[in-house]
Amino acid sequence: MADKASLANRAPLIEARGLTVHLPGAERAILQGVNLAIRPAEIVTVVGPNGSGKSTLVRSILGHVTAQSGEVERRAGLRIGYVPQRVHVDDRIPMTVRRFLSLPRSVSDADAAAALARVGAEGLQSRQIARLSGGQFQRVLLARALLNDPQLLVLDEPTQGLDQPGIVAFYRLIEDIRRETGVAVLMVSHDLLVVMRASDHVICLNGHVCCHGTPQAVSAAPEYQALFGADSAETLALYRHDHDHAHDGALLNARHDHEHDHGPQHECEAHGHA
Amino acid sequence: MLDDFLIRAGLAGLAVVLATGPLGCFVVWRRMAYFGDATAHAAILGVALSLGFGAPVYLGTLGVAVAMGWLVAHLAGRGEAVDTALGVLAHGALAVGLVAASFVPGLRSNLEAWLFGDILMVQRADLIWVWGGATLVLAVLVWRWQGMVTATVNEELAMAAGINPARERLILTLAMAIIVAVAIRIVGALLVSALLVIPAASARSFARSPERMALLSTLIGAVSVACGLSASLFADTPAGPSIIAAAAAIFLFMLPFRRPMA
Repeated sequence: MADKASLANRAPLIEARGLTVHLPGAERAILQGVNLAIRPAEIVTVVGPNGSGKSTLVRSILGHVTAQSGEVERRAGLRIGYVPQRVHVDDRIPMTVRRFLSLPRSVSDADAAAALARVGAEGLQSRQIARLSGGQFQRVLLARALLNDPQLLVLDEPTQGLDQPGIVAFYRLIEDIRRETGVAVLMVSHDLLVVMRASDHVICLNGHVCCHGTPQAVSAAPEYQALFGADSAETLALYRHDHDHAHDGALLNARHDHEHDHGPQHECEAHGHA
Repeated sequence: MLDDFLIRAGLAGLAVVLATGPLGCFVVWRRMAYFGDATAHAAILGVALSLGFGAPVYLGTLGVAVAMGWLVAHLAGRGEAVDTALGVLAHGALAVGLVAASFVPGLRSNLEAWLFGDILMVQRADLIWVWGGATLVLAVLVWRWQGMVTATVNEELAMAAGINPARERLILTLAMAIIVAVAIRIVGALLVSALLVIPAASARSFARSPERMALLSTLIGAVSVACGLSASLFADTPAGPSIIAAAAAIFLFMLPFRRPMA
């Protein structure tokens, strides 16, 4: 792993500037002028209410959705491991875990075993995908995402369908993998408290970036509290996060995004508690 | 040797199941059973139009089947209620095809051969068409197998790997139109989609991987052809329906042996 102090200063792996996306048939833009940068070994989490454009942001960063304006700049040859939202493998398709790991590119038995062991899913190779528990399947998806030795992991609501201990264990696993491999992580999540504890940088999204910064700074921001309620900030204090690397000064405080000229009535408040 | 009608029938049936075995797996995985019906029923319209205008039957059938496949895929892509749209298109195409057939003198008396197939009447030219079409479909499936299976499992995962799910869907649509067009002489328009669904459904519970399911589905199809042809030869039953009845019997026979998989 690289020198901790230098991490935050490194050039971003991927950076989105002024991303605006209209989905076909929708009246207003699902994303409006979103900026986002992910640096090596950084865990960035996107939180926001349903319909705030979290998945669209992820998909446009991956290039699955075309943005009407703005740009996404990737470091050349960037390797991304992706765990999409709500993957469901129908029981009509016979598929062992081992076979699934070789879709669409074949991997060796040794690489498959190593990836499964890395996520605590060793020995599952011959099991049918459709018969796995929710927690086992999420780990298999993560193992698949790790196979090409990614520099960036993109996880869209990776803990959906897991119980509370399962959620905590999953985020701990993500932090372990980041610490060992230096992979950067972009996560979308509903699990506000647990996920913010595990993040370096939090982006609060509601069509646009309401506020962003460290978990502490974001949870104290009025825009965040308007979206998720004041309780969410107080509870977070109980889980104060130990940073294992320093950010540059600009990142330490929440930067409020005023590009859109909201005036005193912040747009987040209009959509509060969606 | 190819003059022997039974050998010609066996070869034609084998060609069809070589393609419908793996193709039928996608029909089961993607729940496209009605899609096969719509394409096959449209083929009757293709037969009537070809004979009416004196065009080659295989080309006309292929053209109408492809057009129907494209139309259904287009409607599905636009988010229309697919099962309803398929119901309208499948039955509408069959009805219009039957009406059109009534205006074609040669077809009116011979309609049953197109609806239920007449594998025992297969000629050398038919063999060339059916082997050509089946080989093409099988080659495309083998060539694109990894990408098609990935896109069937999850489109987002496929896109992340640089696969275009819409293109894989289109290729499946075209492959189905081709196999329907070349198989209509053998099992007929009403039953060709059964050859896609039944062997694959029988194979599902006995396979651990997509590839095994495709192989087993092909094998079950081949056994069905052999059984159906034998029944036709010895009991003078109609060959096409006998093949499908054999496939359905194999499905029922295998039911008690299904085992839950870990």
